[in-house]
Formats: sequence, structure tokens, C-alpha cells
Amino acid sequence: MQELIARAKELLANGTVARVLGWKAGDLPYNPEPAYFEKEEDFKDFVYNGFCGANLSKYMIEATKLEGKTLVCLKPCDTYSFNQLIMEHRVDREKAYIIGVGCKGKLDIEKIKKQGIKGIQSISGAEITDDAETLTINTLYGDKTIPYADGMLERCHVCKGKEHKIYDEIIGESKDTKDADRFDEVSRIESMKPEEKFAFFQKELSKCIRCNACRNACPACSCRKCVFDSNKFDSSQKANVDSFEEKMFHIIRAFHVAGRCTDCGECSRVCPQGIPLHLFNRKFIKDIDEFYGEFQAGEDITVKGPLTSFTFEDVEPSVVAERG
Amino acid sequence: MYKIAKENLPALFQRIAEGQDLILPISNGGQVNYGVWTEDADVDIETLKSVKSPKDAFFPQSENLYTCVREGKKLQITPEELQQKDFVVFGMKACDIQGVEVLDKVFLSEPVDTFYAARRQHGTIVAMACHEPEETCFCKVFGIDAAEPKADVATWLIDGELCWKPLTEKGETLTKAVADLLSDDAAADAKVENEKSAIRAIIDKLPYSDLSLEGWNGDALTEKFNSPVWEELYKPCLACGTCTFVCPTCQCYDIKDYDTGHGVQRYRCWDSCMYSDFTMMAHGNNRNSQMQRFRQRFMHKLVYFPANNDGMYSCVGCGRCVEKCPSALNIVKVIKAFQNQGGENA
Repeated sequence: MQELIARAKELLANGTVARVLGWKAGDLPYNPEPAYFEKEEDFKDFVYNGFCGANLSKYMIEATKLEGKTLVCLKPCDTYSFNQLIMEHRVDREKAYIIGVGCKGKLDIEKIKKQGIKGIQSISGAEITDDAETLTINTLYGDKTIPYADGMLERCHVCKGKEHKIYDEIIGESKDTKDADRFDEVSRIESMKPEEKFAFFQKELSKCIRCNACRNACPACSCRKCVFDSNKFDSSQKANVDSFEEKMFHIIRAFHVAGRCTDCGECSRVCPQGIPLHLFNRKFIKDIDEFYGEFQAGEDITVKGPLTSFTFEDVEPSVVAERG
Repeated sequence: MYKIAKENLPALFQRIAEGQDLILPISNGGQVNYGVWTEDADVDIETLKSVKSPKDAFFPQSENLYTCVREGKKLQITPEELQQKDFVVFGMKACDIQGVEVLDKVFLSEPVDTFYAARRQHGTIVAMACHEPEETCFCKVFGIDAAEPKADVATWLIDGELCWKPLTEKGETLTKAVADLLSDDAAADAKVENEKSAIRAIIDKLPYSDLSLEGWNGDALTEKFNSPVWEELYKPCLACGTCTFVCPTCQCYDIKDYDTGHGVQRYRCWDSCMYSDFTMMAHGNNRNSQMQRFRQRFMHKLVYFPANNDGMYSCVGCGRCVEKCPSALNIVKVIKAFQNQGGENA
């Protein structure tokens, strides 16, 4: 982290960048927030640790409209989102200075608390420089120790790899934390009977409170004005008037980001109700892989996505329809 | 003091639910929220905080106000019926009960919101003390005692037993209806006293318990409103409505018409000051930047509300926004930022 801070200060001082987009230490051991740093003294609060899960690519949509370059800290998986935003002309590459920051998997405080850990006073083992494989959590109700991997976000268990896909320089080591297949859960749901599938999604989506956190955190949701924010709707974009509407919101969103979603996992990370929203996107990704050959959005900005290009080998719509 | 063994709670819930609705914390898909009890509901009274606050019981996220149906040249208007059936909300914590008192100030002052008033009239609240408060809690800052909630009935879950103490007439009525399931136990008083001390001792150690509200009051309007601190604070905000929708005191709502094809269903639903169409009027929107919308939320809770309600803040320190904000922003960070970055001159 010290190397990152030193380099960021240097680039700020020599005028290469006008601001730095990173994370500021929170007031609890696990709540750092995305923040801009413009002056040397701001860096006293700069932090980069296991709780810096937020994908800062989304903030770059606005940041690259500002005057001067913005230095942004991107983790390997965040760089896929940034690439995708370049392809969609939503960020200006020339206005970004990307430091690829090392990552050994990010932590999910909700998952940690679900293990019965509460009254947290301090956490050690979440520092990025620490090679410790365990988290030691000091709480008002006693000390707890859990393996680092047991506190990791779901998306880190299906890590896309330690490679940054776009960067100006890299600081820090990364680790591939993959220990599961990202399509396992999709396959499990595919094998369900239609009524079981319906019940599964009904149960999960019935928790939705229409806070729009999934949409607002999503780097693929970059429309200036979302259709759901239109005040011309009869039905409200703020509340589930009936059980049909809540499904429509999530299904429409999944269709809209199909072929563009990099599977960064922000939707599921931010959902206050723990809805596994990534499953919708992964179903689309799995289908795209099967119909058009393997494709990873955001991996390579020179390759057109299968849904935005045409080849004679493309699958016929009837194949999709017949498969159901 | 009455008590009932924890294993007999299903029988208690069944009894309460005879002839009235029982609303209590239910686990669904790994998350605990308040919902209507059914025999197969997965009741969870151990989890300290529900994701959403229980305010839906009195002020639902979405509700119909009236329905218009057009038949030829006739227009039939049917107002939605007010709550007529009694119901019980079980398991509310002291912070959420204070949240209802905040809502009372808004909806029970003139002009009275009849929908809300009917629910308050028919609802009985059974509160639970907070057995193990968490680091995100800061109710103490607002003078709330999590060890001794004020409601129709107060309860404490101690060592596999629920101690039960009616505090109001409504509470006595409910207690009578379930009397044969409760046993009277003089020894429970001492147990409850011990539990209260234990809870208060933990609360004193919580990281936010010493948060100072100095400078936040109804007179601070101009000074706080014009502070440059907001420009920095709002930046990580993604403009989602999570903080407002999990909050026990946020009370803003929108009224809309749903076109049913042959008429209109007029309904209201919670609004969020974080949303771009918040308080949109014919001339447009009077808060057209996210900074202004962000500022609104905290000014309302810490300045405007106390100015209009004898100093009462419309934050109760439940800490749900602390837990749920996708960008890790929250009201505590806002309060602290003003202390750190310029205090009274900010």
C-alpha cells in the first residue's frame, strides 16, 4: 500500500494526474469508501485492503469528464469493466491513468457476519501486504478466527485471474483465488423443473426492495437516463406494485447488459437483500458461450462481442427457441 | 413478570395469530425481514436487525389509496378501506419503536394521515430488548435504551426463555389473550435486571456510542446547508435508495396513478431523496444535483426535523444504513465529517 501511495503522490505532484481515485479508510474496520485524493495531505486516510471491493470503473464515467487525468486503482477484474466502458465510449482512455492494484480476493462483511461474528472491534489479516491466510476478528463477544477464503466475496471464488487487462502500471502482487466453477450454480438451476425454477426466482426476487443499488453500482448500466427512472411510467420505478413488476425490472436489466456484462459481481455485492443477481447474467454468459463460442466481455477491446457482430456461423434463432 | 419457554413460542405465535395478523421477523432466502406469520414461516427472533425496518407494518412501501373505474359515461370511485383488523408486531427493537414515534409526528399531526392512523390504532407492539448489540448500533446517541424498549409489551429473551412484561392497556389485553401460555415468575425480574445491565454495559463499549451531535439542531440550518463539506461527502454516493428504504424513519412518499385500462388505481409508494425524480413538479426538480439530494437526507434528519419537532432527530441510530450502503457512506460518517472538517465554521 505504501508503494501505491508514494507513486500516486508522485504522479499528482508532477502533474501527470489531477486527482487519484482510490479508497479512504472508514470508521469501522471494514467500511472503506471510494474517494478522490487531490492533495498530498489527503493521503493520510488512503487505504487499500481486503475490504476495497468496490469496482471503481463505474466512477470513471464521471471522472473522465473532469479536467485533467484521473489516476484510478483497478483490481484485475475491474479492468474488464473499464475495457467494456471504453468499447461503449463511456470513458475516455486518455483521461485515465490506470494503476493495476494487486488483489488476493476481496472480503464480504455480510458473509463474515453470517458466520455468527458480531460486535466487531478490529480485524487483522485483511491488509493487502499480509500473506496471512486467516482473518482474526476481535469482537465484543470474544475473538474469532476464520480462513480468509471463508470471508471472500462469491465473485472471488470464481476469480477471472490475476491478470490486469488494461493498465499503465501495476503495483502489488495478485493471486488467482478461483476454487469453484462460475457456471455450476447456473447448471444446477437449468436442471430444475420449470416450476422449481420459478419458485427459486420468485423467492429470491420477492426480497427486492427496488433500491436500485444493483443498477447504480453496475458498470454496464451506464445509460445517462435509465428507462426505469422515467416518470412517464404508470407503475412505479420505486416500489414493487405487484410481484410481476419486480421480476420485470431484473429480467429487463439482465437482457440489457447481456453480452456486455463482464461478471464483475457488483450487483450481488451491493444488494442489501443478498439476492444472487449475478445468476441472471451468468445464464446469459453461459448461453453466449454455448451458442457463439467462449466470450469474455471486457477481455479485449479489439474484439466485437457476439451480440453486436454478425457472422454466417451465428446460431439461428430457431435453435434458441427449440431449446427453450 | 411473565415468561414462556422458547420452545413454546410457536404455540404463542399461533395463538396471537388467531383472529388477527401477526407480523414478525421471518427468514427468507437467507435474509430476515418482517412479514406476516404463517405456520410454515421460518421465524427468526435471534437476528438483531431485519434488513428493512418494520415500518412497513404501519407505512407499507406501496399501498392503494383509491380506485376509479369508468363505465360508459359514469365514473365510479372506490376509496381503499382503512385497516379494520387488529394486528400485532412482534420483536421490534427500541430503535425501531422510536422510528414509529418519528412517523407519528409526521402522519398523526394535522392533517392526519388516516391510513397510517388506522394502522396505529389497530396495531399492538411487542418489543424485544437487544440481547447482543452490534458495532453498527448507535441508539444511545439519541437517548434510546435498547435494554428497556417502550411498547405495549416489552420482552427479553434470556437463556431459552422469553420474559414478558405488559406496559399498556393494549399490552394487558394481549397478555390476557395468551395468559394460559405464560407463567408468572417473580424470579424473572432479577434475571431481566441482569440482562439490562449486560446490554447497557455492551452499549457503552460500542464504537459509535460516544458520537457527538453537537452543532446539529434546528438552528444550524444556514450554516450546515451552505457548508462546503457536502461537496466532498456526496461523491462516492451511487444515488441508489438503499439507505432510505432500509431506514425506520424515512417517510417521504410519491403518489402515482396506475392505468388499469378502464380506470385508474391511485397508489402511494415510498420515495427516496436519492432519486432523480424526487419531489419532481410541473416546473421540474428543485434539487437537480446528487449533492443537493444527498444533503437533503441528512439535513432533514438532523436539522429540519428537529426544527419542526421540538428538537427530535429523525435518526434513531439503528445502523442499517451503516451496514447496507454499497459505498460505505452513512449518517455517522456525515456527522463525523462536520466535526473533523471545520466544525462550527463549516
